[in-house]
Amino acid sequence: MKTGTDRVKRGMAEMQKGGVIMDVVNAEQAKIAEEAGAVAVMALERVPSDIRAAGGVARMADPRIMEEVMGAVSIPVMAKARIGHIVEARILEAMGVDYIDESEVLTPADEEYHLNKRDYTVPFVCGCRDLGEAARRIGEGASMLRTKGEPGTGNIVEAVRHIRKVNAQVRKVVGMNEDELMTEAKLLGAPYELLLEIKSLGRLPVVNFAAGGVATPADAALMMELGADGVFVGSGIFKSENPAKFARAIVEATTHYQDYKLIAELSKELGTPMKGIEISSLAPEARMQERGW
Amino acid sequence: MIKVGVLGLQGAVREHVLSVEACGAEAVVIKRKEQLDEVDGLILPGGESTTMRRLIDKYDFMDSLKEFAQSGKPMFGTCAGLILLANHIIGYDEPHIGVMDVRVERNSFGRQRESFEADLDIAGVAEDFAAVFIRAPHIVEAGENVEILAKHNGRIVAAREGRFLGCSFHPELTDDHRLTGYFVEMIKESKQLAI
Repeated sequence: MKTGTDRVKRGMAEMQKGGVIMDVVNAEQAKIAEEAGAVAVMALERVPSDIRAAGGVARMADPRIMEEVMGAVSIPVMAKARIGHIVEARILEAMGVDYIDESEVLTPADEEYHLNKRDYTVPFVCGCRDLGEAARRIGEGASMLRTKGEPGTGNIVEAVRHIRKVNAQVRKVVGMNEDELMTEAKLLGAPYELLLEIKSLGRLPVVNFAAGGVATPADAALMMELGADGVFVGSGIFKSENPAKFARAIVEATTHYQDYKLIAELSKELGTPMKGIEISSLAPEARMQERGW
Repeated sequence: MIKVGVLGLQGAVREHVLSVEACGAEAVVIKRKEQLDEVDGLILPGGESTTMRRLIDKYDFMDSLKEFAQSGKPMFGTCAGLILLANHIIGYDEPHIGVMDVRVERNSFGRQRESFEADLDIAGVAEDFAAVFIRAPHIVEAGENVEILAKHNGRIVAAREGRFLGCSFHPELTDDHRLTGYFVEMIKESKQLAI
């Protein structure tokens, strides 16, 4: 009997496919998310838009919040550790969190190295903006990816850019001759063996969700249309006027992302979504997507 | 050709489709209840059972799934799918489809860090089946007509009751298609009986 194998860690993410993972900050929100059909919740101290507003250093949440959320729901509970923060990740693992997000939403603890995620029994999800970043994270042992988008903005434009980029680069690798892959690996900064694997599978070897800016059911469906395996919704749900209704609508739009009549129905009278931020108004240092290497 | 439906609301749908195809049958992803008429058997995949249940209710799938179960066509539930088939779930007042005479407990091996792989001896299927358990349920008690196919550390993790097959683990996550093949054979037998 073996725990923490690639199949067990990656398999957990496979079970989440076609689903929505929602950011929550307490037990009450976690229950709303579960009731709405979320496949998992991300337990946080603050959602990304509030992290943005608060400024300063963003760290792992108070363990009491994770404990409270784990006690409240039967779906998996994820939590965020700072990039490269070995001890925050170990704490989350020791607490029994089901998945750790080594996340650029928090202030990085290490500006050179990400975690060696192979060392852990608990699986990790990491952000990416292109195939090079995605492949480096898989190389370090990430069992799941999410395209970064720009968290806490309610603006889908960066999420679109990143999922398109990753998928276009995957298609390129799949279509290349094997003798071209070493140079491609060098250009991308990606492990060569992983490109060979992507070519033979015809896709990434792990599940890839979309994140960072999903604010409406149509945004969630757009991510699925562009080839995401599922969607993370951060600030979008609990910053909207009617979170329960909003959460249900996002779940259904994700499942039936090509049923446009249905999405029209679910989008009716949802109330005001989160306000949103135009990306060009964000100073470069305020862009969370730039974090990670 | 045998047509096998895979309930496609959420979860590991693609993996089941590939496994069915590897067994020489045609796979149909079922997103709408009308599609159930097209298929000879149905796989309820792994995923989050609470999420699937919500989507089943939302799209009025439950009655159609119960009718399908009564029609004599075989059904195979893996992990969350086993929970959907069971007629008793510990800690819950009501079952979901509730057609298989077993009592199941959700997440009974622990949280994700306790998830594991183990080799199983599955009666009539394989003596060395690499099984992947992810936040898996197990069968606490099986009715008298239920044939126990496999146990792990004394816990029932695979069972069959007539045309219903259920397991705690994820056969779709490996390249070993023998359990899916066993289900395809069940469908062939049921078609012959129908003729």
